[in-house]
Formats: sequence, structure tokens, C-alpha cells
Amino acid sequence: MDAIAHFLAMGGYARFVWPAYGVACAALLWMLVDSVGSYRRARRALDALEGKGR
Amino acid sequence: MHRFANPARFMRMSAAVLPWCGPLAGGLIAVGLVLALFVAPPDYQQGEAVRIMYVHVPAAWMASFVYAVMALASAVGLIWRHPLADIAARAAAPLGAGFTLVCLVTGSLWGEPMWGTWWVWDARLTSVLVLFFLYLGYIALVNAFDEPARGSRAGAVLAIVGIINLPIIKFSVDWWNTLHQPASVFRLGGPTIAPSMLWPLLVMALGFMLFFAAMLLVRMRAALLAARLRALRMAASEDEARAPRRRPRALEEAR
Repeated sequence: MDAIAHFLAMGGYARFVWPAYGVACAALLWMLVDSVGSYRRARRALDALEGKGR
Repeated sequence: MHRFANPARFMRMSAAVLPWCGPLAGGLIAVGLVLALFVAPPDYQQGEAVRIMYVHVPAAWMASFVYAVMALASAVGLIWRHPLADIAARAAAPLGAGFTLVCLVTGSLWGEPMWGTWWVWDARLTSVLVLFFLYLGYIALVNAFDEPARGSRAGAVLAIVGIINLPIIKFSVDWWNTLHQPASVFRLGGPTIAPSMLWPLLVMALGFMLFFAAMLLVRMRAALLAARLRALRMAASEDEARAPRRRPRALEEAR
């Protein structure tokens, strides 16, 4: 338990280190969700349109 | 070059690359996180705060690298009218803006405990802020035209002119007085950073690089599908316009 608390404290720099990793994770997740989302939206719309033509 | 210009070929090749590029990027970033948070030693001066480096520095490298990719793709699109180049430049821009934002925010979070300030208007920080605005300006510009090709051309000119900012960012720490430390990895005479810190940094940087490559391919695939969608819709509406159609009733009555 102490080891975890020690780790999370980051030698007193917790309030700088963790937000930095948080921002990086949030940004990369946004890139992933936005990129894959735009692909899936386009794929669905295209399938719907091309399916109608058949 | 034009071997890769065929969108159908691009769809096939990217579909073959993505299933290993994406997971490899995720795996490298996961390993990089373990190395950065658990394995790398605390700095003798900065203590644990040095761990911010493992996200700040790869994000900073990507901020400049993605801009170089965007400007190069813009030039290829402008000069050779390569059909995938404009799409690549447009797809890179939001990713580059994301990395630049991470660089700025993590830098600020590192500056406060180490320099005693969140922000300083010196050459390095200001030139990276300019890079962020270049990305935003590019995104706004390419979307400001009804015709996508005109937007891409205008954006390409901006992207190419803005490349002057990249050497300014790189050498700003040598040319001007600054709080920011000089290069410790990509420098003449080799890295000055300790190997125990260099390895986690390189693993994370490679992870970021592959992540960018995977996201770029996904976004380009999405843009190609969207272009096909636009073309199909346009063809459908033209068919409709050509087909003999009864005049709308309201118009008939108005006469």
C-alpha cells in the first residue's frame, strides 16, 4: 500500500506528472476515436447508398 | 511515386499495413509507459518530475515531424497533382495539432516546477505556439472553400510557407537566450542523455510515430470513402435533374 502511495506521489510532483500523462492519453484517445469514427461513418453511409442502388 | 497514386491500390495496401501497425503502436506505447513510469530512474536534479519528458519530448518531435509530412504532401499535391497527396496533408493536420497541443500543455506542466513559470515568451515556446496556430489556420483554410480542390491548394501554399518555422523551432535554443534546455538527443557528437533515460524515450517516440502512421492511414481511408460518397451523391442528383419530372404543384398553381 505504501509502495503504491509512494509511486502515486511522484516525489511530490504528482500534480504535474499525472496531468501531463493524462493530457497525452486524452489526446491520443481523441485521435483514435475521431479517426476510426470518421472511417466508420463514411463506410456506413457508403454501404447504405450503394446497397440502395442494387 | 504514381505507383501509389491509385486510390484502390492505396486502400488495399493500407488495409494490409493497418492490422500490424496499429497494434504495434499500442504495444510500444504500453511498453514505453512502463519504462517511463517504473524503470527509468529519477533525475538527480529534477527528481520524479523528469518523467514528464517521456510524453513531452516525443510529442514535440511529432509536432514538427507531422508538419514536415503535411508540407511535403502539400508540395507533392501542388506540383504533381498527386490525388492522394492533398488527402494525406488534410489527414495529417488534426493529428499534428493534437501532438503540438500535448507538447505545449506538458511543457507548461514541466515548466512550473522546474523553471517556476507555466509560460515564458521565449523563442522555443513561442515558435511552437506559432506551429499550433499554423495547424489551426491550415485546417480552417482548407475547409473554407465549397470546392475541396481549391481548399487544398490554398492550404498547401500556407503549409509550404509555414515550413520556415521548423528550423526556427529546432535551432531556437541555440540562437536565442531561453529557459528551454538545448538538444540532448539529436545533436552533433551524439546524445548527452543517459542511456537509462534514452531508451524509454526512444520506445515512446517510436510508439508515437507508428500511432501517427496508423491514424494517418485511417483518416486517408475515411477521406477516400467520403470522396466516393460525394461523387455518388452528385451523380444521383444529376440523374434526378435529367429525368423528366412533373412541375411541382405549388409552382403550377402560382402561374
